[in-house]
Amino acid sequence: MIEVKNITKSFDEKTILYNVDAQFHAGKTNLIIGQSGSGKTVLMKSIVGLVKPEKGEILYNGRDLMKMTPDQIKDLRKEIGMLFQGSALFDYETVLGNVMFPLVMFTEMTQAEMRDRALFCLERVNLKGADRKYPSELSGGMQKRVAIARAIALNPKYLFCDEPNSGLDPKTSILIDELLRDITHEYQMTTIINTHDMNSVLGIGENIIFLNKGHKEWVGDMSQIYTSDNQALNDFVFATDLFQEVKNFLISQK
Amino acid sequence: MTIISALETFGKYCLFIKRVFTIPDRWKVFFKRTTLEISKLGVDSIPLVLIIAVFIGAVIAIQMQLNIMSPLIPSYSVGLATREIVLLEFSSSILGLILAGKVGSNIASEIGTMRVTEQIDALEIMGVNSCNFLVLPKIVAFLIFMPVLVVFCMITSLFGGYLVAIFTDLFPASTYIYGIQTLFVEWYVWYALIKSLVFSFIITSVAAFFGYYVKGGALQVGKASTNAVVSSSILILLLDVVLTKLLLQ
Ligand SMILES: Nc1ncnc2c1ncn2[C@@H]1O[C@H](COP(=O)(O)OP(=O)(O)OP(=O)(O)O)[C@@H](O)[C@H]1O
Ligand SMILES: [Mg+2]
Repeated sequence: MIEVKNITKSFDEKTILYNVDAQFHAGKTNLIIGQSGSGKTVLMKSIVGLVKPEKGEILYNGRDLMKMTPDQIKDLRKEIGMLFQGSALFDYETVLGNVMFPLVMFTEMTQAEMRDRALFCLERVNLKGADRKYPSELSGGMQKRVAIARAIALNPKYLFCDEPNSGLDPKTSILIDELLRDITHEYQMTTIINTHDMNSVLGIGENIIFLNKGHKEWVGDMSQIYTSDNQALNDFVFATDLFQEVKNFLISQK
Repeated sequence: MTIISALETFGKYCLFIKRVFTIPDRWKVFFKRTTLEISKLGVDSIPLVLIIAVFIGAVIAIQMQLNIMSPLIPSYSVGLATREIVLLEFSSSILGLILAGKVGSNIASEIGTMRVTEQIDALEIMGVNSCNFLVLPKIVAFLIFMPVLVVFCMITSLFGGYLVAIFTDLFPASTYIYGIQTLFVEWYVWYALIKSLVFSFIITSVAAFFGYYVKGGALQVGKASTNAVVSSSILILLLDVVLTKLLLQ
């Protein structure tokens, strides 16, 4: 479980996060949702320590990240998998090399074992045939999926995904969402997903944190989202007519 | 103001170097990457070095001949002077400046691109010391290969002078050969090699430093690469003076 307390972060006088509190549970898909520019990426990067907040606490099972020594942080990070918004694949490595990279650096596996594990991860993201290609030869969506495979290669305890399905078609999106949910349940990971895809929110939102202009505005799960009377949340989630109709339909069903 | 910011940058550079010089997480990966870098930074620079060296060697020989044509000066002086210029300055300092352009911009733009595409963050998040992982193989590889480039450069430049002797009638080949052997001081070769090691470290570490701290996008990567070349060239020139005073006096 990851707990975030009172995080405030600003860049050159401009405050991005205002006293954000949040809890992310193990074995659940935790979603951070919010408009573009609301601070989702900054919050995620603060939690993993790539961005230093001015104040607040970030507790990994009770241990405060901000008070850890560099060695402790290094050890913690071996338990973290992260998917960046822009994929961040290593362009000098092949797809297979990218997925094998964490295995090469941090396990004692043999070459064959690492290969098997990497191919297994690639298969889970539906990318079996692409292992010899270089990232530059892949489409954006394929790169995303390779990055997911790399993030889950070491079976991390904590999985961070910054917009895992932006740039993917709806079918692949759902596949990725289900994959993330399944491995979260299977391995009891603490998974945190940034998204503004409403299909994900309504599909796998087991614990949803809604950020609005840097403030934590609402917390709940996907079933509570229909009935919430928070105006900002409603404006965000049910912005399109389609979702508005879905909402009306679901409410009329109750 | 500028002094303070220069000192700040220097301090940041020292901290960066401290992070670079730590024990690699995986020796096997380190050796593999170092070999790759030797090929990429070193072996790939050989053609450039050879081409420049042969032409500059030829030009120095011609200019020497034209400038010291006098009955009072022995004719072997052309070879001797060419050799001294090549050994003392061209094969280490000028070569360093040339390589600062080629290797330095290559390193700065490669690492800078990794920074702006979050590949460095991805390394850090995995628990890899990105400075050490990315930069140390480059520094070590270039330290190993720079002396090789210097020796190639020395030989090829002198060969360039020899070509002038063969293809023109400016001076006879035999006096040129005699000249490049006369009054030979072995220490000058060591002096060139020592200087080149220092310059090699400057080129790789300064370029990596500029690339590593890029903020922004592709435009800033280009700027960082230019700044890296300019700064390392200035440092090379400064240290050239210092080392010459220390080593030759
Ligand atoms: N390194 C930085 N320096 C200065 N400002 C930054 C930096 N990173 C983010 N910001 C600012 O913080 C704000 C929030 O950015 P963030 O990337 O967290 O948004 P987001 O919610 O992830 O949006 P999106 O959905 O578009 O990815 C933006 O206004 C951005 O300009
Ligand atoms: Mg974002």
